Amino acid sequence: MTETLAAYSLVAIYSAIAIYALAFIAFVLDLSRRAAVAQTVTAQQPVAARAYQGSTLVAEKAPPATEATPVSGTTRYQRIGFALTALALVVHVASIVMRGIAAGHVPWSNLFEFACLGAGFMVAVFLAVQLWRDVRFIGAFVTGLVVLLLGLATVNFYVPVTPLPPPLQSIWLYIHVFVATLATGFFAVGGALSIAQLMQSRRESGKSAPGFLRSFPASERLETMANRLVIVGFALWTFTLMAGAIWAERAWGRYWGWDTKEVWTFIIWVVFAGYIHARATRGWRGNPSAWLAIIGFAAVLFNFTVVNLFFNGLHSYSGLK
Amino acid sequence: MQPRLGPAGWLRWGWRQLTSMRTALVLLLLLALAAIPGSLVPQRTSDPNGVLQFQQNDPETYDVLNRFGLFETFSSPWFSAIYILLFVSLIGCIVPRTKHHLDALRARPPRTPAHLERLAGFESAPSGTEPERAIAEAQKLLKASGYRTERYGTSVSAERGYLRETGNLVFHSALVGMLVTVGVFGGFGYTGQRVLVQGEPFTNVRASYDSFSPGRFFDETALEPYSMRLDDFQARYQFDLTTATWHSTDFTASLSTRTADGEWTPATLKVNSPVSVGGTDVYLLGNGYAPVITVRDPDGNAVFSGAVPFLPQDANLTSRGVVKVPDGLGEQLALYGFFYPDPLELADGTFTSFSPSDKGESLVSLFAYTGDLGLDDGVGVNAYTLDPTSLTQIAGGKSGTPALQLKEGETVQLPGGLGSVEYEGLRRYVSLDIHHDITATGALVFALLILGGLLVSLFVPRRRIWVKAVRGRLEYAGLARGEDPTLAAAVADLARRHRESLGE
Repeated sequence: MTETLAAYSLVAIYSAIAIYALAFIAFVLDLSRRAAVAQTVTAQQPVAARAYQGSTLVAEKAPPATEATPVSGTTRYQRIGFALTALALVVHVASIVMRGIAAGHVPWSNLFEFACLGAGFMVAVFLAVQLWRDVRFIGAFVTGLVVLLLGLATVNFYVPVTPLPPPLQSIWLYIHVFVATLATGFFAVGGALSIAQLMQSRRESGKSAPGFLRSFPASERLETMANRLVIVGFALWTFTLMAGAIWAERAWGRYWGWDTKEVWTFIIWVVFAGYIHARATRGWRGNPSAWLAIIGFAAVLFNFTVVNLFFNGLHSYSGLK
Repeated sequence: MQPRLGPAGWLRWGWRQLTSMRTALVLLLLLALAAIPGSLVPQRTSDPNGVLQFQQNDPETYDVLNRFGLFETFSSPWFSAIYILLFVSLIGCIVPRTKHHLDALRARPPRTPAHLERLAGFESAPSGTEPERAIAEAQKLLKASGYRTERYGTSVSAERGYLRETGNLVFHSALVGMLVTVGVFGGFGYTGQRVLVQGEPFTNVRASYDSFSPGRFFDETALEPYSMRLDDFQARYQFDLTTATWHSTDFTASLSTRTADGEWTPATLKVNSPVSVGGTDVYLLGNGYAPVITVRDPDGNAVFSGAVPFLPQDANLTSRGVVKVPDGLGEQLALYGFFYPDPLELADGTFTSFSPSDKGESLVSLFAYTGDLGLDDGVGVNAYTLDPTSLTQIAGGKSGTPALQLKEGETVQLPGGLGSVEYEGLRRYVSLDIHHDITATGALVFALLILGGLLVSLFVPRRRIWVKAVRGRLEYAGLARGEDPTLAAAVADLARRHRESLGE
């Protein structure tokens, strides 16, 4: 029973990878279409419509191109990509649930499981944000990253289901790891928007840039969206750090001991704290703060992979030898 | 020409620089950078053996890194300098902001600007309602939404979200509180380690610990007297068919504890559930087997007898241990070897352990050495290791005599009539971490304040909204104070509800 379910779970995760890959292709086709169409549109209208945008205190630097000039004919691929991503997530979640039932405990107790759950949260946050703002244009980034992560997980991190070792037998495993992985999802989507922001800002300053950026929101708007996501991630990360400290107090007798994983959790926290302060510091808004969000997300990925695999410490639960 | 700055002027200038947001930001980023070495290089506090190993493997690099305090990154002068400056900067920021905020809490919302057109979410609509009634209605709506309001002629000025700044100040003050709690009150505590063998007593005095690290302000009176012993230890394992390995599923230590005036009371210790006794928390860190070994002289008098903890070397608890017998025999004797809880003989005659569980068949296999054990030099020697370079091997290895192999209850003679060794019985041991820490509650309170303050300061919008009646029109506009992406929507929503309530 356990073996069968675990095998089904693996088949499901392979299927999810395949569907994410298809979604990625659809999103990339969408981007290339946007680049082509945007070119013809601007050729026809050399002066982009600098429509009156209402009066906000923060003056918008560039016209919000998506709203002003909806690029027609490109949304079909986007819709396909988005639908495929949603379908893949269903299969992905099914895989995680089956893995949990097979193991008889929460399916986030080793690196393979963390990676599957983390990738799932990235997609879930990406889809959920859609209810609030249209961010389908970063679909290619999100699905691409998820395919890479899941590929890495299944090929290099896979371990069979194991019973929960005594150090992990705690309610805090449910809370601490779950929230940490959820925060990763927010940082990923925030990081993707920050990358888009940097590219857009480069285009806005008149430098050469990929054509599809013409159909992206203005960099200021991208910055606002990224900021909302990153601060949610930051709040969750703060909680992770504290829940981890409480658990460490129960399990190891000290709430903070500068274990390598604790060091990196701290570094990530400080980088994102820096990001939030940068947003309120003259001269640091815009590109510098976007870089900080990206560095923060890179540190999260580093913490998740390299630190788990190659650094010695108490958090050695990768399940790999 | 700028006026020359006197010493006081320079001080003021320096203080302004230090407490500026830009400096705080640079210090924050420096702090993140400075922490990185702490994860790359083993740290004395969290991984002392790693530091020793580093020193042995590469003494030259070790010296360089050690000079820069990289093995104690988080207490090094440069790391301390960064965070102390950061916290000074922080306090320099909190104090004036708190004062300012207290003033703002007492102040009335500011006068309505003459022109609202340029403000966020500006809306203007014709209105047939009498201005006085329209503004009274707007004030009522704003009050109901938690705004503080003030009438200025035929306009109302409203402000909300004071909690945002309160949260911000609570967050930052709690960070200072956390630092003080951990930095100052943490110094009154102590931590110690102890390997406790079944049946052995432990009393909470400094000499009972195998290793002991007192805090900066520790004094002996912090050691509350109590006793503790290990009655039983149970480990459960599950066999994994796919990887052919044993996974531990449960460790349970049954302890008895007794405080100064009490009786022995039982307590259960598990990995994630410490036992509290005598002002300390006791944690289960590891476990293993301690075979009881007795060494006798040729006349049968015991010269050594005791349960010797063997250190686990693999998942199946193949363990390594040392017995040192400096006195009582013709020569100083050392026994060094392995313990197999569930022995399995391999084709080449060596042993391995099939499982971590003792099934009554356990085996001890020992090499014997004679010579000067170096115990009389007054230099501290690790009880768990043996340096055989200056010793003569008399059993096992290339000595020509096979290693001493004993099952429980067996006795073998040492070569050359030196005496005998008996493996009398088997006990379990646990390795314990014992902590006395008075900061945990304080740290938890500050942690909750940090989290609560953060949530409030990030997610409560602080904004001003004005509603104004001018020449048969109603005007609405808002002003964000800090991040507020939903301000325009909030103004539009208010305008809609206001006109609905006026019946327009």
